Amino acid sequence: MTIVLAVPASLDEHTFEQVLDQLAAAPADAKLLVDARHTKWSSPYGLASLLCLAQSRAERPGFTLPEESDTLSYWARAGFFRHAEQLFELHGHVPRGRQGESNVLLDLTPITGSADVHEVVGRIQQKAAQILTQELGLDPKATVGFAMTLSEVCQNIVEHAGRGGWVMVQTYKWARRLGRRVVQIAVCDAGLGFRQSLESLPGRIVDDRWDDAAALEEAVIKGVSRHRDRGRGQGLAGARRYVGRWDGKLSVRSGTARIAIVPSWDDDPPLAEKLAPFAGSQVLVTIPERLPPRDEP
Amino acid sequence: MMQHIDVSSMLHQAVACDLYSNLVTRPTGAAVRAQIQALVGAVPDRSLTVIDFTHVQMIDFSCADEVVAKLLLPYSHGEAADDSYFIFRGLTEDHWDAVEAVLERHGLALLVEECGGAAPRGVLSPEARAAWEAVRALGAASVDAVAARLEVSRERAASALATLRQQRLVMCAEGMYRMVAAARG
Repeated sequence: MTIVLAVPASLDEHTFEQVLDQLAAAPADAKLLVDARHTKWSSPYGLASLLCLAQSRAERPGFTLPEESDTLSYWARAGFFRHAEQLFELHGHVPRGRQGESNVLLDLTPITGSADVHEVVGRIQQKAAQILTQELGLDPKATVGFAMTLSEVCQNIVEHAGRGGWVMVQTYKWARRLGRRVVQIAVCDAGLGFRQSLESLPGRIVDDRWDDAAALEEAVIKGVSRHRDRGRGQGLAGARRYVGRWDGKLSVRSGTARIAIVPSWDDDPPLAEKLAPFAGSQVLVTIPERLPPRDEP
Repeated sequence: MMQHIDVSSMLHQAVACDLYSNLVTRPTGAAVRAQIQALVGAVPDRSLTVIDFTHVQMIDFSCADEVVAKLLLPYSHGEAADDSYFIFRGLTEDHWDAVEAVLERHGLALLVEECGGAAPRGVLSPEARAAWEAVRALGAASVDAVAARLEVSRERAASALATLRQQRLVMCAEGMYRMVAAARG
């Protein structure tokens, strides 16, 4: 029996939940067909999470490609099909897109080890400096922190996921939602997730209050790590400071919960619980364009 | 003995690649620190090591924890037997974001090379900071001299100086406390 998961027309961290709701209703061993025929757009989070969805299944799912040629072309340039063809049975004609889309700072890149983190940080630095300062109007100081944040969230995969994941960085204009340009870092894996990772800490008490939300709160807000080493757990704390300094947003989903550091321009709840379950962890960092100061009346 | 360590060169050796100039990831930081510790440990007597970040483009929190904090922790905890001192050179504001965060996390201080010589940065009590300033002003100073200058009891001065000595922020020989200073070059 094949279960069809319909991908929304616009795929981002919110609408991906619709895919997961459908997934939750499917038996674990069911054959899946991910139907993206009517999808017209996806954020980096959406593309990386689709790869994780396939990675989380024992049997390789089918994937029906988007019908819109612009969408196909863009997903190809973002590197989606290069990885998707390893994980899905693709149905449809895969375009051989050129790489180097101007607003894709970093195409979908697998992260499996420390060398990959060096590679992505090295690749992104120069382009990030130009885009953050010239297009988003941020102080040049934002550039180094951006690379640090990218490094730390990618290391989260290497250190805790137990398997590889993906990172993608892109800028685009959030016309309806914010009316400004943003840059987004999406880092997603289908590994252990925060709860299971923290449960490996010796002496951890797993009581009835311990769940995905509690694990996220410990890791993201309190900087708790599965290691006893006091120096651990600084990566996400650093990412939190960085988004705070540049009026950005950090959201981390793991298991059945999502926690977010929410800026004034966004109305997401700081904590969402009882979401449909999904393997691993999915981190999204959003930094908005800086608005020029308003003239005093 | 004084030695100079170019962290960028250590990084290239650690990752076996000349293309990377960023100190990122824990394994990289641990490898760089191991090389620094090997060089420091090879010196039998008192040593001063200048740890030079001039050619390091960026350092992240994890790497700062491995390279800087874990290098200093054994001294701060009184677990290191060797008489080693460190001055950090070429730390920019960008590096400092990560380094300051790990110093605060562990309650550590270090000496940073500035125009007027080395100066302590990081977590240091007001008394210890005042004692450090007193040693700088006096050149070489006994506990009594520092106590007199700060107008505190001998015990309090001794305690502050012992903290500075343990954190390798001042040197001590024959009862006299001195600044840690490196020649440029």
